[in-house]
Amino acid sequence: MTSQIEREIGSQGETGSGHTEYLSFRIGDSEYSVEIMSVREIRGWTRTTSLPHAPHFVRGVINLRGTVLPVVDLALRLGLDASEPEDRNVIIVVDVGSRVMGLRVDAVSDILSFSPDQLQPPPEMTSKSRFVRALTILDDRMVRLLDLEAVLPSNEEIAA
Amino acid sequence: MSDPMQEIMASFFVECEELHEALVDALQSMADGDSDVETINVAFRAVHSIKGGAGAFGLDALVDFSHQFETVMDACRSGDLTPDDKLNSLFLRCADMLFDLIRCSRDGEEADTATSQGLIDELATYVSHDDAENGAAEEEIDFQPMTLSLDDLAPPADGDALPDLPPLDLPPLDLEPAAADDTLYVEFRPDRELYESGNEPLFLLKTLADLGPCDIHLEHRPPTGYDDLKKLGGGLHWTVKISTESPPSAVHEIFEFAEGLCLLNVSTSAPETAASDRPIAPAPVVEPETAAPPAVAEPPTLTNAPDTPKEQPAPAAATPPAKKTETGAAKTTATKATPTVRVDLERIERLVNLVGELVINQAMLSQSITQENIAPNSPVSTGLDEFMQLTRNIQESVMMIRAQPVKSLFQRMSRIVREASAAVNKTVKLTTEGDTTEIDKTAIERLADPLTHMIRNAVDHGLESTETRLQNGKPKQGEIRLSAAHRSGRVVIEVSDDGAGINREKVRSIAVSKGLIPEDANLSDTEIDQLLFLPGFSTATEVSALSGRGVGMDVVKTQITSLGGRVTIESNPGVGTTFAISLPLTLAVLDGMVITVASETLVIPLNAIVETLSLSSEDLRQVGPGQKVLSVRDQFVPVLDLGVELGYRAQAPLKDGTIALLISPEEGQLVALLVDTIVDQRQVVIKGLQESYGRVPGVAAATILGDGQIALILDPNDLVQNAAGDELSKLQRKAS
Repeated sequence: MTSQIEREIGSQGETGSGHTEYLSFRIGDSEYSVEIMSVREIRGWTRTTSLPHAPHFVRGVINLRGTVLPVVDLALRLGLDASEPEDRNVIIVVDVGSRVMGLRVDAVSDILSFSPDQLQPPPEMTSKSRFVRALTILDDRMVRLLDLEAVLPSNEEIAA
Repeated sequence: MSDPMQEIMASFFVECEELHEALVDALQSMADGDSDVETINVAFRAVHSIKGGAGAFGLDALVDFSHQFETVMDACRSGDLTPDDKLNSLFLRCADMLFDLIRCSRDGEEADTATSQGLIDELATYVSHDDAENGAAEEEIDFQPMTLSLDDLAPPADGDALPDLPPLDLPPLDLEPAAADDTLYVEFRPDRELYESGNEPLFLLKTLADLGPCDIHLEHRPPTGYDDLKKLGGGLHWTVKISTESPPSAVHEIFEFAEGLCLLNVSTSAPETAASDRPIAPAPVVEPETAAPPAVAEPPTLTNAPDTPKEQPAPAAATPPAKKTETGAAKTTATKATPTVRVDLERIERLVNLVGELVINQAMLSQSITQENIAPNSPVSTGLDEFMQLTRNIQESVMMIRAQPVKSLFQRMSRIVREASAAVNKTVKLTTEGDTTEIDKTAIERLADPLTHMIRNAVDHGLESTETRLQNGKPKQGEIRLSAAHRSGRVVIEVSDDGAGINREKVRSIAVSKGLIPEDANLSDTEIDQLLFLPGFSTATEVSALSGRGVGMDVVKTQITSLGGRVTIESNPGVGTTFAISLPLTLAVLDGMVITVASETLVIPLNAIVETLSLSSEDLRQVGPGQKVLSVRDQFVPVLDLGVELGYRAQAPLKDGTIALLISPEEGQLVALLVDTIVDQRQVVIKGLQESYGRVPGVAAATILGDGQIALILDPNDLVQNAAGDELSKLQRKAS
């Protein structure tokens, strides 16, 4: 598992010292991060248009300069306490494979840089951990690395 | 290869497509019993031009094939062969092969040489081998005329008027007659058609000179009667004595493109009417249109011609028939009747997108003007009105650019019918209707796959076997009808067969055995028909090579739905089945009614709405639990609360002033949708939801409103179907 992470990380967004940069953000009291290379832009919260029959964690769609952007509420997706969106929230627009989606988070906090050996695979836990790809400790805080592929709604979830 | 060459080649392939279209058209009408000479001429010319171009690019496979094809067609043209059903079907198969060869050449793929050779051999059986001219030309297919035409930038037979001729610069000719046994005598008398089709005798003679030293004589043999005049047009008559070791066939090759358009005699002995050595008298040119005798018609420019006798064909070819050339070309290829421009589809896409943005922008502008409380008749407001009008006009024009007749699509389908019917051994006739109906180009491209499936299905499953047909007293030949028509803002494409109709009993039992529906499901005929669209459904007892793998109709449905279309089935036992595809006219913009429900703004396509009503609480009657009907002019109409259907709110008692939109998902059926308010009626730009998110039940697409917010565009029919809540729609939702 560790070696797989190393390989994956080694292939993208490296800094000179073999470190990879991550965008970290806050949901409630927890800190999460995604690889910075998959982040397209960060936007302020705007009202979404809700989609009928969508999974509960899909907030709806917004207008991103003329295209329709689905927005996933990360708190709901990760099974954390739900909070009503407020203007201070942000939408992180991420590029995953061929799809572009928005992630609603409470606030963006920092850009972090880790080397592969600082990352640990998450311990075998409940099913919710499938969204977390790796963990790391930074200044006594635990930062979770999200697996974006898993976070986005799958086709089955959309159709259900 | 250099870039310009690539470009020329690309345009050649585009031309090939057009020519092929004309070819198939002509062959089809021949197969339908049109024995007009002009029809076969059109077909012949198409193949001939393809061959010509292919020769220039060294596409040997294409040249070989079209040559043989053309040879047989030429035999029909000259009356040596009478096309019968068998030959016509061979011609059509050859046309299909030709298309494959063109495609393979274009994409640099390996062509199916076995099939093409088979067809060449089959064609060869039609032309007797003692036919010296054709026989000789068959052996060596090397295109000298094309080499020439590239040099001179005047491709033969392309129908264009000739460019200004360069001064005559024939290579120095050796006028000494060579040994008699190495001498060829060529007699060449162009018909009027030769000039009209843009051929240039000068080039032919120049190429002839490449064979060996030539002794060329030009004579004027004035036409003797009116008929002669009409045919000859000029009366120029060349006799050429060549000292060469080449066989007579080499000469025929040079005149390949002129064959049929001139009198050509090649012999090894001097013709009786050998040309005299004197220079030609002035004025051999007779304008074909003027039926006056040559002496009168003599153009003044030619009076000083004697010292340059060989240049005379130039004005003859270039000026007088120029007008004629145009009409001639228009007759051969109807597609060239109006001047057209070829534009990269990407550029049009860009324009369409920009117009889409313009429409959104205009909506934003008008919204902010409304917010400013500007008087309705102020200059700003009237200006805005005009702006809206213009936007709409621009948008319609842009859409028109993208619209194309479905003809090309239908033609492809005729090929599918031929191949499919041959594979299952049925005789099938395809009739098409409304092939000038125009639909969006993208739709045409994306319809090809589903239509192919449907046609194959119709041939394989729809039509009975020949024996069964005869037993049931039907004509041996099955009929498949493909039609397109505009119907109330949508395009309807129908595929019907006169087969046995859907065997509903069988469909039902298969669906049960495959576990698609419970055994005790009580389904109406329409619902059973809809089972065909379920994934993994296949009714063919035997899996044939053609269809019956159980992928098909569900894919068809998905593809059509992704185009914003619907498929419906109508089937009568023993009479036949009709599949109807209904598509929106444009894929980019629609007229919609903007409504709100549970504080969400939504758009409903205007063409779906039959009527709007304002309700009071007494208008609704309870029928069952959660089931209400509305009485409209003594008709009870089922009611759907849009907010509930979309999950925006729970069932709530009706408030006064609630608005009902009557929609008609199917002919004769009405459903009332309850909404809170109607905001506006406007054009909206369709933004796909499927690509970025996925399919949402009841929602066709999204759009951006004037305030920058996204609103969903509903698909009322899907909505009603989902709400129907019967076994089938649940199944379908699970399936999709």
